[in-house]
Amino acid sequence: MTLYFTTDHEWVAVEGSAGTVGVTDYAQGQLGDVVFVEVPAAGTTVTKGIAAAVVESVKAASDVYTPVSGTVTEANAALEAEPALVNTAPETGGWFFKLTLSDPAELDALMDETAYKTFVASL
Amino acid sequence: MDEPATPLPLDALHRELGARMVTFAGYAMPIQYGGIIAEHVWTRASAGLFDVSHMGQLTLASDADIALETVLPGDITGLREGSLRYSMLLNATGGILDDLMVTRRANDLYLVVNGATKFADIAHLATNGLAVSHREDLALLALQGPKAVNALDRLIPGIASLSFMRAGGFEFAGVPLWVSRSGYTGEDGFEISVPADIVEVLGRALLGQPEVKPVGLGARDSLRLEAGLPLYGHDLTPEITPIEANLAFAISKRRKAEGGFPGAGIILDQLLNGAARKRVGLRIDGRQPVREGASVVVDGASVGQVTSGGFGPALGAPIAMAYVPSKLAADGVQLQIEVRGKLLGATVVSMPFLPKSYVRQGAIR
Repeated sequence: MTLYFTTDHEWVAVEGSAGTVGVTDYAQGQLGDVVFVEVPAAGTTVTKGIAAAVVESVKAASDVYTPVSGTVTEANAALEAEPALVNTAPETGGWFFKLTLSDPAELDALMDETAYKTFVASL
Repeated sequence: MDEPATPLPLDALHRELGARMVTFAGYAMPIQYGGIIAEHVWTRASAGLFDVSHMGQLTLASDADIALETVLPGDITGLREGSLRYSMLLNATGGILDDLMVTRRANDLYLVVNGATKFADIAHLATNGLAVSHREDLALLALQGPKAVNALDRLIPGIASLSFMRAGGFEFAGVPLWVSRSGYTGEDGFEISVPADIVEVLGRALLGQPEVKPVGLGARDSLRLEAGLPLYGHDLTPEITPIEANLAFAISKRRKAEGGFPGAGIILDQLLNGAARKRVGLRIDGRQPVREGASVVVDGASVGQVTSGGFGPALGAPIAMAYVPSKLAADGVQLQIEVRGKLLGATVVSMPFLPKSYVRQGAIR
């Protein structure tokens, strides 16, 4: 499994053509207390750089972009009952959706963990 | 390029406390310290300290009461010394230019107005022949919550004797302060007008009390929303009258009889015959919040708009304020709110969403 990151603070964990998407710990810190997450249902086609999910904090709604294009295979049902998982476990239990990548070459434009850490440190 | 945000007197303390700062009304202000939900819940259970120094503190001559009554619908000439009155500056069509607190003091009238509107308010008052002194030498703190009285009385003995919507002069570290028992959270609490050069000493002393934690603008907004209190620029605008805003209580009895305030014809007619629309509270089905600007839908048609919406941390549910046709403004009416193309169910409920816990004069505690 390989982890990739975007400058919008999403991550995607990739194994073959299967990916799992979420937001980073930095992102959840910026969002504040998450009270609702709207994730795309299985079967939805999502496109890189286009809003695929919405995170609602106490204050505001924020779009979450998908790092890679593909077809959603599973939405994280646990977020419905416990949206705060995005705050407490953003890079594990607080994942948003799983998908089948339609264009794995898109991964080439993303950062690896070291590059992302350097990017966050520069903010 | 944006104008740089002006720092408030407590800027260094906010940063030391780890606040996330945002620009609000032109000032650099703390939006949160530990997290909005934790700060909200702490304020409802204990005491939160809010820096609201962005708000405008104005004074007028005592005998400006008669002239002040020409720009707002409150009874100011009949206001007793040491009493606060909630009122609104109105335009010629009865629309709200700002909401404010007026206090009669021994030697002047003391007004607290919104930060984002204060310069427009001062200009408006001047246009109406009112000479205003803008007290930029003063900071303003709010200490809110059921244990605020315990913390503040330890620093300012005797403060516990103030009752809700009353104010007086007190002393801290030999410096005179003006303190009112009032606030914007639905909780018991105080608002403290303090010289800017000692506000940090007072702020640190308050934060040194075990009941007190700092609370940012984020929780201030969620607290006032749960309390059903409108926010100027969102729930109140120049296009909305006090009657539409469900704030008829702020039209003092004598002023209802006499009129003589801007838009009196329209407002008194709405009082008698009802307004076409009304501000209501909404409980939203499920957990998804609705936000300002969302449409209120009935039978597929948009009939109104959400003006404030979010998540009520103490309620654990999404809540909102909206303007709807008056015939739909009754408790229990079922509506829908459109969010990103989806319709969410909503029920009209009475506000506050949570019972208020003010300490009124003569109340048995």
